[in-house]
Amino acid sequence: MDPAEPGKNAAIAEPVLAPGHSFGSVTDKISAIVLTRGTGKKWMGGFAVAIALLLMLNFAITVLFARGVGIWGINIPVGWGFAIVNFVWWIGIGHAGTLISAFLLLMRQQWRSSVNRFAEAMTIFAVACAGMFPLLHMGRPWLFYWMFPYPDTMTLWPQFRSPLVWDVFAVSTYATVSVLFWFVGLIPDLATLRDRATTKVKQVVYGILSMGWRGSAKHWKRYETASLLLAGLATPLVVSVHTVVSFDFTVAIEPGWHSTIFPPYFVAGAIYSGFAMVLCLAIPLRKYYGLEDFVTLRHLDTMAKIMLATGLIVAYSYLMETFMAFYSGNPFDRFMIMNRMFGPYALAYWILIAANLVIPQLLWFSKVRRNMLSLFLVSLSVQTGMWLERFVIIITSLQRDFVPSSWGMYYPTRWDWMTFLGSIGLFFTLFYLFIRFLPMISIHEMRELVHKKEEEQAA
Amino acid sequence: MASIARNQLYGLMAEFGTPDDLLKAAQAAREEGYRKFDAYSPFGIEGLAEAVGFPKTRLPVLVFIGGLIGCSGGFFMQWWANVVGYPLTIGGKPYDSWPSFIPITFELTILCAALTTVIGMITLNGLPLPYHPAFNVQRFALASRDRFFLLIEAADAKFDLSETRDFLESLRPEEVSEVEA
Repeated sequence: MDPAEPGKNAAIAEPVLAPGHSFGSVTDKISAIVLTRGTGKKWMGGFAVAIALLLMLNFAITVLFARGVGIWGINIPVGWGFAIVNFVWWIGIGHAGTLISAFLLLMRQQWRSSVNRFAEAMTIFAVACAGMFPLLHMGRPWLFYWMFPYPDTMTLWPQFRSPLVWDVFAVSTYATVSVLFWFVGLIPDLATLRDRATTKVKQVVYGILSMGWRGSAKHWKRYETASLLLAGLATPLVVSVHTVVSFDFTVAIEPGWHSTIFPPYFVAGAIYSGFAMVLCLAIPLRKYYGLEDFVTLRHLDTMAKIMLATGLIVAYSYLMETFMAFYSGNPFDRFMIMNRMFGPYALAYWILIAANLVIPQLLWFSKVRRNMLSLFLVSLSVQTGMWLERFVIIITSLQRDFVPSSWGMYYPTRWDWMTFLGSIGLFFTLFYLFIRFLPMISIHEMRELVHKKEEEQAA
Repeated sequence: MASIARNQLYGLMAEFGTPDDLLKAAQAAREEGYRKFDAYSPFGIEGLAEAVGFPKTRLPVLVFIGGLIGCSGGFFMQWWANVVGYPLTIGGKPYDSWPSFIPITFELTILCAALTTVIGMITLNGLPLPYHPAFNVQRFALASRDRFFLLIEAADAKFDLSETRDFLESLRPEEVSEVEA
């Protein structure tokens, strides 16, 4: 406790913006990364790795389209393999970006200003990766438009009572709203880049994208109203998306899926893995681009605490799931949980428990939260854990359900792995392009933050 | 700077160094009787829109209507498809099993409201706008960095080149410049 300011601990006293910054200095520093810094060697190296993984994805998808989903390890009974595991994992990662940009805006959390832009970019790229998997998983992906309601010659309509159709609407709405939110946030910053462009080409491109934004007071008024409205719309949306994803499971009667705890449990898990991804991106970014003034220890500490809190909700859900399996007296549920813990996929379950529940408890210690390396490793562990969670939920429930005669095993093939690792390549390719060509921190919100700090000091 | 011919003049622009100065200047211009003027800043400033005479935007009403259309249209689409267009018994449920139509109704409400928000904000703002006279002033590029501008249009009834210039000078700006149309 700081004796001068009772009720404020050291973490709160730490600034969300290092002192000494002006409107000009934040603008120059962030726009210089895009405009004058140039393409660094480390950027090229990272981009090359990402592109290599992306090429591998292209190869895996080409073979998939040529030969069909039989090249994957899926079978009957395990019809949902890596594709659905990856889908749920990626869409969950996206949720933290929306939460930071929308929910924290409504809550007037000032610290969000310097992390929301790249968190939103993360959301869009994660949703792009997620959206790819159900399409690949369709036996005939070129007929994907059958999922949408359109007046076709057969007078058929989608079955709107099916959670899988709900999912189509939830994910496509989520993708659209995330892109809108991101673009609206970018408009004033694109204008800044246009006004500070070093070459004619940049000036024209950023000029077209910024649509002639000139910072008029009337425009700002509508702009801020629109941001607030979008935040209000995106907050319930983000909760609904993972709820609908969990309906894909929980509306079915499979043991281990058919449970009312799924919607909140999935939403908490999504935020958990999303914040882990934000930290995994923020820690190297702030170091490499020298953004320690903007993304301070306060940010990382706060995000680590959110991760810990959502992690505890996830832990509670695991506990309740296990408890209910026995308490319900349902022999299939009881068998399912025993099969998870001691069946053929027990290793995945116990690594999940270690990575998702045990290791993140280190975040109780401020030393772990404030050490970049340890925080990065814990975040990585959470992401591994969350991927395994979806693997365990999907595979173990399908693999042994009610009748032993319909049991089977699932073994991912190299095509499964190549598609999974390739989607990480797709994500990072998009992300590398983003940090090279667009401001990764919202410049106008940073100027506003400087203004607010000045007002606070004057008051 | 050479003086611009009267018919080619869009207005007079004053540059300020702080958001407070701009806010005070905008309030003063309003009290002085000017109506056709605008203020430009690198970020939204509280109270500035009111000072330039723009207290309220219609956007929330439009968004509400957009949401309403998404909600009713979304529900009706599902109800028509699964009750009238292609009725099919699923799990012994009645055709009109409306609770299962709620998730998509909700998603489409959000989708239409969000699209209205963004398209509404952009079109009400008159964007995309390829040309605006304000950009003819070279220092206006700093409006997206750290400078604050007040622009009184020549079309204002009270506008008079020398009087308006004197008025703007009285606000202690860093610079007053003529804006070419």
